[in-house]
Formats: sequence, structure tokens, C-alpha cells
Amino acid sequence: MARMKFLCDADRCIECNACVTACKNEHEVPWGINRRRVVTLNDGKPGERSISMACMHCTDAPCQAVCPTNAFYTTADGVVLHSKDICIGCGYCFYACPFGAPQYPRVGNFGSRGKMDKCTFCAGGPEADNTVAEYAQYGTNRLAEGKLPLCAEMCSTKSLLAGDGDIIAAIYKERVTKRGYGSGAWGWKTAYRETIAT
Amino acid sequence: MATLSARIGAAVGAILFAVFLTFATPASAQQPTSVNPTASSVQEDKLLQELRRLQGRITIPDQRASVLIQPAGQDWRQFHQVTLHWIGGVAILGMLLLLVVFYAVRGMIKISRGRSGRTITRFSGLERFMHWMTAGTFVVLAISGLNITFGKNLLLPLIGPEAFTAFSQWGKYAHNYLSFAFTIGLVFIFFMWIKDNIPSAADMQWLREGGGIVGNRHPPARRFNAGQKIVYWVVVIGGVALAISGYLLMFPFYGTTISGMQTAQVVHGIFGVLLIAAMLAHIYIGTIGMEGAFEAMSTGDVDLNWAEEHHKLWVDEERKGMPAGGRPATARG
Ligand code: HEM
Repeated sequence: MARMKFLCDADRCIECNACVTACKNEHEVPWGINRRRVVTLNDGKPGERSISMACMHCTDAPCQAVCPTNAFYTTADGVVLHSKDICIGCGYCFYACPFGAPQYPRVGNFGSRGKMDKCTFCAGGPEADNTVAEYAQYGTNRLAEGKLPLCAEMCSTKSLLAGDGDIIAAIYKERVTKRGYGSGAWGWKTAYRETIAT
Repeated sequence: MATLSARIGAAVGAILFAVFLTFATPASAQQPTSVNPTASSVQEDKLLQELRRLQGRITIPDQRASVLIQPAGQDWRQFHQVTLHWIGGVAILGMLLLLVVFYAVRGMIKISRGRSGRTITRFSGLERFMHWMTAGTFVVLAISGLNITFGKNLLLPLIGPEAFTAFSQWGKYAHNYLSFAFTIGLVFIFFMWIKDNIPSAADMQWLREGGGIVGNRHPPARRFNAGQKIVYWVVVIGGVALAISGYLLMFPFYGTTISGMQTAQVVHGIFGVLLIAAMLAHIYIGTIGMEGAFEAMSTGDVDLNWAEEHHKLWVDEERKGMPAGGRPATARG
């Protein structure tokens, strides 16, 4: 079984935000919610790098651990998904998530949060695959159609890689060997407790 | 002439060389291809060693999203999943155990002279209303709060995920809305009873004698004895800490960052479970722990013998201005 992961090759990311746009469009993500974003570190200084970040689908996911209603589950492919029918919008997964992935629509009174939304690795939710109900709550289920996440597919520089962890790690390794440098797989140590030796 | 042409030649050559140099400069300033561009770039490992969280610039309006990685989330997870469970479990179960043992040993503390049949008014209608508003909402806040902490371990396996989510969702609404009534009650409690809860010399004596909890002595006290004053201040300090941290949680990211939210939750969780444990003792002594105590908060009138045993100085004050041996102004018989 594949173990799905994301890898952003920061030496290739040009901060075009196509991944962000592709994601929002594909899943009709509501206004104010970003399942994916591009963060630029050391902006305007030498050594600046941009990294596209979404849910990393962690091993032993912190969100899953702290959820008071056990709304999360990890699929056989290692994708961390959740049920919006079980979520109560307490906001705890956002406190635990190292990557700021969980998003909450602002509904109702005060700052009260609606049901959490986050990157699904284009794998939908607990509803039956590619049903209207699934689409309405979680967006498209590309994985069920045999396709990989659209953000990575759309990436113009192929900086963002999505797919089986071993395969994308091998691609990245080969790149680093060929070009002679690489700033590493951002977030991998935190998410998967491993890095790619280069 | 030869020297002239040679000089011209040299001059032209020099100019050409200078021009060449001028145009060549950018090229020669370019990095040789062997330079490693990541040698000078930001490195995750190094940044994480220096910073608690990596933050950059984003082009979307949600500024919270500019935090790229915050490993502190792992510490918060450890607190919420392990530390808080231990603090809450030990405090609450420990207190329950203590009370059961105490009840088994001491039983209900009786009015030693028995009831006199005459009563004295201890709490006004407003005082009782505010007490019960605070207490009632506290119980709901405590249950819905504990459900967030322990519900998935204790309740979820019993009733299943759908019912548990429905319960937790209502619990969240109740917790959020009743917090306002709780806070109003807390403010009233603070102002209504502060003048009777300033620590005094008599409290030291009361504490030295253990409040008469063991044995049958009754150190004199005014309206509130040292034990009740402790309960008052625990409620005031704990309640205020819970209210402030609670509203920070309820209005997320209004003036707080991610680490501020985590801190608010830690404060809220710890004060929540500790105050619940403290209130168990308060409930115990106000009900089955002591004969004649509950009436103070139900009818508002307590038996005169109870009052004289536990609050001698208060009864004396109430009696002041009465003819010798007369009944206190408020006493009814
Ligand atoms: C005074 C106003 C209060 C406010 C505004 C408030 C607000 C909150 C909020 C927003 C949460 C996060 C979970 C959720 O969204 O439901 C929470 C959790 C919690 N509250 Fe309160 N609360 C208040 C008072 C209390 C009191 C009096 C208690 C104790 C009796 C309490 C005990 C708890 C506990 C135990 C948790 C769960 C902690 C955890 O496991 O993380 N709260 N509260």
C-alpha cells in the first residue's frame, strides 16, 4: 500500500500560488478558507525561500490525537481525513497542528467556529466516493479516480510533489544529486519523523 | 613616429581593455556554477533550532496562515492528552476519595446542641439567586468541559459517535452561552461577599484549630470562617482565570497568536479541573457533610444553634443593639 505524502522542493517554488488557486477551484473551497497556502521565508533577503504548505497527513497525526470527538481517521494510504458530521468545531486541532492546516468557516455568533475544513489529499471524506454529498462537504475525490492531488499536478515548476512517499522521496533525491543542492524536504521531520538523506 | 603609433596603439588598447572590463564586470561577478545556492538559503533545521515557530509572508488575508511550522503544537498535544488527564484525574478522583473516606470516618457533622427551632436569616433572596445561578451554570460548564477533556475516553465508547457528537455539540453551545450567566454571577458573588471575606486574625485561630473539622470544637467565626473565605477566594480567583482564558478561547485569535491560544487552553484546562475538585468539597460540606448548612442557601434561614456553633461572632454582631438576652433582629421563631 502506498503511503501518501507531500513534498515541496523549496528550491523550485516560485510562489506563483497556482497550487492555492487550483485547490480552491477544484474543491470549491469557501471564501476565507485556504486548504493550501504559500509561505515565503526571509522575504526579500538573500536566501529567501517559498514553501507551499497544506495538511501534511502526518504519521500519528496530532489533530487526530487531540480531537475531543474522534472525528479523524487515517486511511490505508496514510491520508488523514475527518468527518464533518462528527466535528463540533472546537478548534483544538488547529492548536495541535504543526502546519496550521485546519480551517474553520466563521459561522454563527461571536468567533464561533463551524465544522473544520482542511486538505483531503484530494481524497474526499467518509461519504461514499464521488457522491454529491461527499463533494459538498469535502470536495472532489481524485484519489478514488486514480488521480493525484491537483495542487501538485498543476505545479508549473514541479516543486510540489504528491504521491507515494518513497517515490517522491526518490524523485527529490535524484534532483538533489543532479543539481548538487537542496534545502531538504520541509516539514518531513515534524510530520513523518524522517528526512530524506541527500 | 614609431613611438607615437605605439603610444596611440597602447592608448587604444587601454581604452578597449577598459571598455571590455566595463562590460565584462557583470559576467565576472556572476557566481561560478559550482556554488551551492542552498548554502546561503534558509534551512529548516537551523530555523527550528533558533525559533519556536517559523513564520513568513503570505499573500492571503488570513495572517495566521503565515506561520509555516509550529512544533509547539506537539507540546500542546502532550499537555492536552497526557498532563491534563493526570491533573484532572488525580484532583477530581482524589477529592472524591478523600470525601468518601472523610464521610465514613466523621459522618455528618451534627448541630451538637440540636436544633433550637428558631432561625436567623443568613442569605437574602438576591444572594441566594446569584449563588444558584453561578452554581447551576457551573455544573453545566463543568460537565460540558469535562466532556471535552475525558468524554471520548469515557462517554464515547458507551453511546457511540453520533450520539456523542450530538451531546458534545450541545455541550459546546451550553458551555459557550452559559458562560455569560456564570460570569455575571461571579461578579455579583465578588461584590456581595467581599466585605465578609477579608482575612482577619480570627481566621488564624480557626485554621490553627483545624476549623473544628476533627473533634467537636468550634473556633469562633464571623459571617464567614476561614474555610469559607478560602472557598470564596478560590472561586473568585479560579473563576476569573477561567472566565478570562475561556473568553480568549471563545473569541479565537482576537489579539492572540497561536501560542496565546495554546496558553489560554492550558490555563483554562488546569483551573477548570482544579476548581471542579475544589467545588466537590464545597458541595459536600454544604449538603451531606453538615447538618443545618444547606438551609442557608435554600430558605436563607439557618437554625440559631447552628449559627452560634459555627458563626458565634456573626450572631453576636447581628444581636448588637438588641436588649440583653434578646433575639437577634432577624431571628424568627
Ligand atoms: C466563565 C466563562 C467560561 C468560558 C467563556 C469558557 C469557555 C470555554 C471554551 C471556549 C472551551 C473550549 C471548548 C469548547 O469550545 O467548548 C472551554 C473548555 C473547557 N472549559 Fe470552559 N469556559 C468558561 C468557564 C468554565 C468553568 C467554570 C469550568 C469548570 C467548571 C470550565 C471548564 C472547562 C473545561 C474542563 C474545558 C475543557 C478543557 C480541555 O480539555 O481542553 N469552563 N471553555
